Amino acid sequence: MEQPLKDLLSNDVLAYVIMAFIPLLWIVPYALFAVWLERKVSAHMQDRLGPMRVGGWHGWAQTIADILKLVQKEDIVPSAADKKLHFLSPWVVFIGSYAAFAAIPFSSAYVGSNINLGLFYVIAVSTLVVVGILMAGWSSNNKWSLFGAMRSAAQIVSYEIPTALALLAVVMIAGTLNLQEINQQQTGWFWHWYIFKKFPFVFVAFIIYFVASLAETNRTPFDLPEAESELVAGYHTEYSGMKFALFFLAEYANMFAVSAIGATLFLGGWNSPFGDFLGGPIWGVFWFLSKGMFFVVVQMWLRWTLPRLRVDQLMYVSWKVLTPWAFVCILGVGFWMMM
Amino acid sequence: MKKYFRDIFQGIWSVLIGMKVTFLHLFTPAVTIQYPDVKLKLPERARNRLYVNMDDCIGCFQCDIACPVDCFAIETAKALPTEDLGTTSTGQKKKLWVTKFDIDIAKCCYCGLCVYPCPTECIKMTDVYEFSEFDRHQLIYNYATLTPAEIADVKVRTGEYEKEQAVKKAAAATAAAQAKAASAAAPGTAPAAAKPAMAPPATAQATATVAPGAPKEAPPPTSPTEPSL
Ligand code: SF4
Ligand code: SF4
Repeated sequence: MEQPLKDLLSNDVLAYVIMAFIPLLWIVPYALFAVWLERKVSAHMQDRLGPMRVGGWHGWAQTIADILKLVQKEDIVPSAADKKLHFLSPWVVFIGSYAAFAAIPFSSAYVGSNINLGLFYVIAVSTLVVVGILMAGWSSNNKWSLFGAMRSAAQIVSYEIPTALALLAVVMIAGTLNLQEINQQQTGWFWHWYIFKKFPFVFVAFIIYFVASLAETNRTPFDLPEAESELVAGYHTEYSGMKFALFFLAEYANMFAVSAIGATLFLGGWNSPFGDFLGGPIWGVFWFLSKGMFFVVVQMWLRWTLPRLRVDQLMYVSWKVLTPWAFVCILGVGFWMMM
Repeated sequence: MKKYFRDIFQGIWSVLIGMKVTFLHLFTPAVTIQYPDVKLKLPERARNRLYVNMDDCIGCFQCDIACPVDCFAIETAKALPTEDLGTTSTGQKKKLWVTKFDIDIAKCCYCGLCVYPCPTECIKMTDVYEFSEFDRHQLIYNYATLTPAEIADVKVRTGEYEKEQAVKKAAAATAAAQAKAASAAAPGTAPAAAKPAMAPPATAQATATVAPGAPKEAPPPTSPTEPSL
């Protein structure tokens, strides 16, 4: 898609800018929809109805009203805050989660940047989020924020390891870090997907990846950095208005990013599950987005099922369960490939 | 070591069970009631907003006395002997004009204590519970059915009448003092106060025909524009 755009516009910079904004066209409506969906899912899981008024049908316009409210809200900066960092951190968090979309292939025809180090880049750049969260916690000059930020740092640093190791199991089979190529290798019926290769090692790696990605996006049961019941709102306690909305947008973008990476590496990304049936670049977008959305819904489902972990349990899960088992998966895949 | 594996297994298993439970609840009909659209039926003896049927009120102040938070502001004026205010639906004779009957429902704690002592059962609880207001003074409900002009008129007449009575009483007292016959004076004044066979003031006939208005049911006559008290 890059080349035709350049030819069409005969201006490279403009073409790149347009390429860079395409994921945003998906993320913003997705975030509005996902927030609404989350509220509906949580409500129905608790035998409630959730938002029902705004917009008529099941309150579909609730989040639009919410975002309009957030835009109008006063932007409160605590007087003792570090103003520069306080201003910057929501942007760092959002950029960190948005930058990951640069290397994720949305379809066989569209990937922001088709680089050979795609996966490595995604894992690396998404860690920028923790920098932003630390900045937010530190600059707010509020003990709840700082607690949240510290927890977030500890959590993300711990969970990066099982995440990366679990992805490594797939990379070993694929032999490349280019996400578009990994997708192409999985073309065909759904049993060509990597999750069904080298059973059960890659399957276990997928579970590990999914659990660890929950922690990386600060979702329940790993929502200690936000922990409403303990830390008010964690690292974004002191944020209001659009800055708060940016944190929210980043969280939902992150949810989709980790789901999309999981779908790309383990579930064939934009490949149709039925071989050539409903294949092609246009349907590719559909398959990619629906696989991503499926895991977003599973994340919500888990959120409204499980209680929050304690900090020591969080560390236990990462260091004593996920990391060793990720190594076992890597070893298993390695031996299998040597044989 | 065994515990380690068992913990992992139990962890995964309990997560799956939990997910099954929440998934099934996703399809359980919600218990939410869409309040303004759908309303629950109130229990039979629910206590909400008070209503006073002024046609039956005899102005006895029983409700005022019973109220623990002093919601009521009642004023009455004696009807002249020539005026007939009629009887209540329970057959009691009305002897007083109720010139003011305000209930400050903002103070009301819905104890219902005012309802029981009413001899004519004219004050009662209704099932109206949606009466929020932006201004607290609007919650002072004005139940008196007389118009301000009528109230003023009644007060003037009663005042005149009472003045006359006072004058007569004083005259009787002086007469009694002059007579220095205590046994004869006492029965003389008592009936004079209770049953004055005086000629009515000129306006009595005119106002007596202006009886309290027809009974209004559910919405009590409020006075949103003039918060009294
Ligand atoms: S219900 Fe209780 S508080 Fe309310 S007016 Fe009657 S006696 Fe007073
Ligand atoms: S107790 Fe009944 S009759 Fe007596 S003043 Fe109150 S409402 Fe009127």
